[in-house]
Amino acid sequence: MSATSTLAATRFGTGLSPTVPPPSDAAAILSRLAGPDTSAAKWPIPTYSAAHPNLVEMNTLLRAVHAARGQGHAAEAAARLPLRDAYVKARALRAATLQATLVRGAAGDDGFRERLTWFWADHFTTRAKNGKLQHLVTPYVEETIRPNMAGSFASLLRAVVTAPMMLMYLDQVSSIGPDSPVGRRSDKGLNENLARELMELHTLGVDAGYTQDDVREMAQLLTGLSYTAERGFFYAPARAEPGAETVMGVTYGAASNLATVYKAIDDLAVHPATAHHISTKLARHFVADDPDPALVAAMVAAFIASDGDLPSVYAAMLDHPASWVMPAQKVKRPLHFVVSALRALEVAPERLLALDYRLTQRLVVVPMGIMGQAWEQPTGPNGWPDEAAAWLTAQGIAARINWSMQVPAQLRDVLPDPRDFATVALGPDIPDTVRFAAAAAETRADGVALVLLSPAFQRS
Amino acid sequence: MLTRRRLLLTGAALGCSAAASPWLTPIVLADAPWQSRLVVIVLRGAMDGLDAVQPVGDPAFAGLRPTLAAGDAALPLDGFYAMHPALAPLMPLWRKGELGFVHAVSTPYRDKRSHFDGQDILEAGVAGLGTGVRDGWLNRLLQTTPGMAAETAYAVGVDEMLILTGKAPYLHWAPQTRLDLSAQAQRLLGVLYQNDPPFRAAADEAVRIAQDIAMSDGDTDAAMPGPDGADGTGMSAMAPPPARAPAVADHVQLAQFAAARLRGTTRIASFSLSGWDSHVGQSGVMKRMLGKLAETILALKAGLGDDWARTGVICLTEFGRTAYENGTRGTDHGTGGVMVYAGGALKGGQVAGSWPGLAEAQLYESRDLMSTRDVRAHAGWIMRGLFGVETGVIDRVIFPGVDLGTDPRLVL
Repeated sequence: MSATSTLAATRFGTGLSPTVPPPSDAAAILSRLAGPDTSAAKWPIPTYSAAHPNLVEMNTLLRAVHAARGQGHAAEAAARLPLRDAYVKARALRAATLQATLVRGAAGDDGFRERLTWFWADHFTTRAKNGKLQHLVTPYVEETIRPNMAGSFASLLRAVVTAPMMLMYLDQVSSIGPDSPVGRRSDKGLNENLARELMELHTLGVDAGYTQDDVREMAQLLTGLSYTAERGFFYAPARAEPGAETVMGVTYGAASNLATVYKAIDDLAVHPATAHHISTKLARHFVADDPDPALVAAMVAAFIASDGDLPSVYAAMLDHPASWVMPAQKVKRPLHFVVSALRALEVAPERLLALDYRLTQRLVVVPMGIMGQAWEQPTGPNGWPDEAAAWLTAQGIAARINWSMQVPAQLRDVLPDPRDFATVALGPDIPDTVRFAAAAAETRADGVALVLLSPAFQRS
Repeated sequence: MLTRRRLLLTGAALGCSAAASPWLTPIVLADAPWQSRLVVIVLRGAMDGLDAVQPVGDPAFAGLRPTLAAGDAALPLDGFYAMHPALAPLMPLWRKGELGFVHAVSTPYRDKRSHFDGQDILEAGVAGLGTGVRDGWLNRLLQTTPGMAAETAYAVGVDEMLILTGKAPYLHWAPQTRLDLSAQAQRLLGVLYQNDPPFRAAADEAVRIAQDIAMSDGDTDAAMPGPDGADGTGMSAMAPPPARAPAVADHVQLAQFAAARLRGTTRIASFSLSGWDSHVGQSGVMKRMLGKLAETILALKAGLGDDWARTGVICLTEFGRTAYENGTRGTDHGTGGVMVYAGGALKGGQVAGSWPGLAEAQLYESRDLMSTRDVRAHAGWIMRGLFGVETGVIDRVIFPGVDLGTDPRLVL
């Protein structure tokens, strides 16, 4: 195994595996991404549209409970039972989508696709705003992010801006043009939340020179993007603010329709500030907190030359020598750490997929929360921090120590010899300190944990 | 429990001295040079100051907020302002002069109204973005005082606290974390991390905090308030069945943990209370969040015991919200807002600040409560009063360029 293929697996994938060979180089990574999504086929996650229970079912059951109120205790209790069952099912689906996420990274052969899925899911963060939606975050990623991240940034952006989870998360569903027909006959009005995050977080970046007026014009332009559980996404002209809007000096036509919204989104998607923002963020995520300016410049150039064709941007990153320098500087985020540990440990997919809700919580969800990355619960639409220092806290390290010491033995019948495990997890280039620690540990469990806790494993 | 036992054995083997651990960076466990305590709570999401402390005496107020101002009756404070009813559990503190507010204040951040930038500017303590300042203002306070040990300052909870990051050492811990590590594994971790200082520093802290907590768990449990709080206000509904371990809410755990540290050698603690972003259905958001804030302050008071008299608590948010209610019974991102403060060391029982008025011409950009003073000035004068920091250090180093103005005398 070459140093390049080790890095291909650790820096741009989900780590080394004792059985699945790493990609040999940048070209191999890109060709897998261009090919079929075999991991999604093998370990399916329902899309938002296909998830059950879906939001319609949840709403129907909730309405039945409301209707039963005042009809006596027995009637209300009877109506509550199916709702409770639906919540149990939703909870189980949420655990199952996490398990499938773990397995794809731990056992699949397309690590870059998994890492990109996590990256874009984080870039376009959504959260469940209430319990009815708790199981629909990863299905949103499956429907909106994963099939669209190997094409143009504009089509990814179009998918996100019309995704029900995003429309709900950033309050677009309740934004109504004050002078629209609906606005005129109600006391409801504009909500700027999606417009602001679309410009600040999703595309241009906060320093791109837009103003509060631009945000407000964009919010007016986005009115009409609507969603109900029953109809899914639709454009509602009756809620759209009439008249033309001017965003960053470009005036968009007075016609209130989806084409006008798409025009504005497409312009944001190819804006030079967006090219810079997205390229920098990718380079920071995969390569270094403070990436080589030449690397970022190459990616920006590829973005602009291709009108935001994402595989061209990825290729510019993977083909640049600055992306392959050692020592590794990034610290794996908790999800990446856990998945790469499961991969090195060769935990069987069927074992992960068979975990019940409680075990999933105990072995993965709770520890990841203490590591600092509560699954599907980032603190805001800006997602998780990316810089190494954010993850190197006392409590974060303590949680990684506890997980590494305790969890592997619960997911494998026999733990590997720590000395062999060091080679599996780190490749041929094992630091002396890791060799020493793996050999000197009192137990297999401690030795395996020490390999996982080594900077050589934690950094990527 | 294996965890506890292994740690206690580790502690015993090391002579119960964390500093004697073979791979810990030596840190002097000295007393801080201060007696006062400062707690800074970051209210993330932009608290609506006009709802928390309602200017019911302003003629424009009710008209700007047709549904929000018509909710449950606010609690009169001084004839002009009234406190949101969810803060009722704090009324005894207000009457004792241990709770106060500063109205119509904000950081210097204007116009873009981004949570993340707003919080970054609040925590960096700077005038705007792009200043090149990368550390937090509480960290710079530590940097300017000699003789600080890491445990002088604690970031509590799982959230990243920019306000405390920087060159000066501080500790970061979530109350629920324990550490299970044998002495040999601990030694080998030291070997692994010897050439990677950031990993070593984080693990050093983890081991030391875990030993400290394990050794003091008994004491802390005794020193902790029960789930009812010392004066039994507000939280009895949360009291679990007595036979089981109490299910203490996260925000109360943060406050209790911070209070326990502040009883010892810690002098500064900071943590987040997140969830104030009330674009939709604000009445529910405020009831929940202000209830949490009240419980948090009461848990700090209960946990601090005698030391409450030497403590100042300040609660800061990234910006206020629009003066007018929006179309979804909420408010959008605004400018001026409220600083909440509490503690036996501070002069409460007042709503300080200069009121700008809510008529359209008095609003900032015809939409937000005008900020009439930089909230950093109040925080700065509180540091001056609690710790004796020179004003020249405050306005040049801790809050570069702030106009401190006259002392609002918030410290007793």
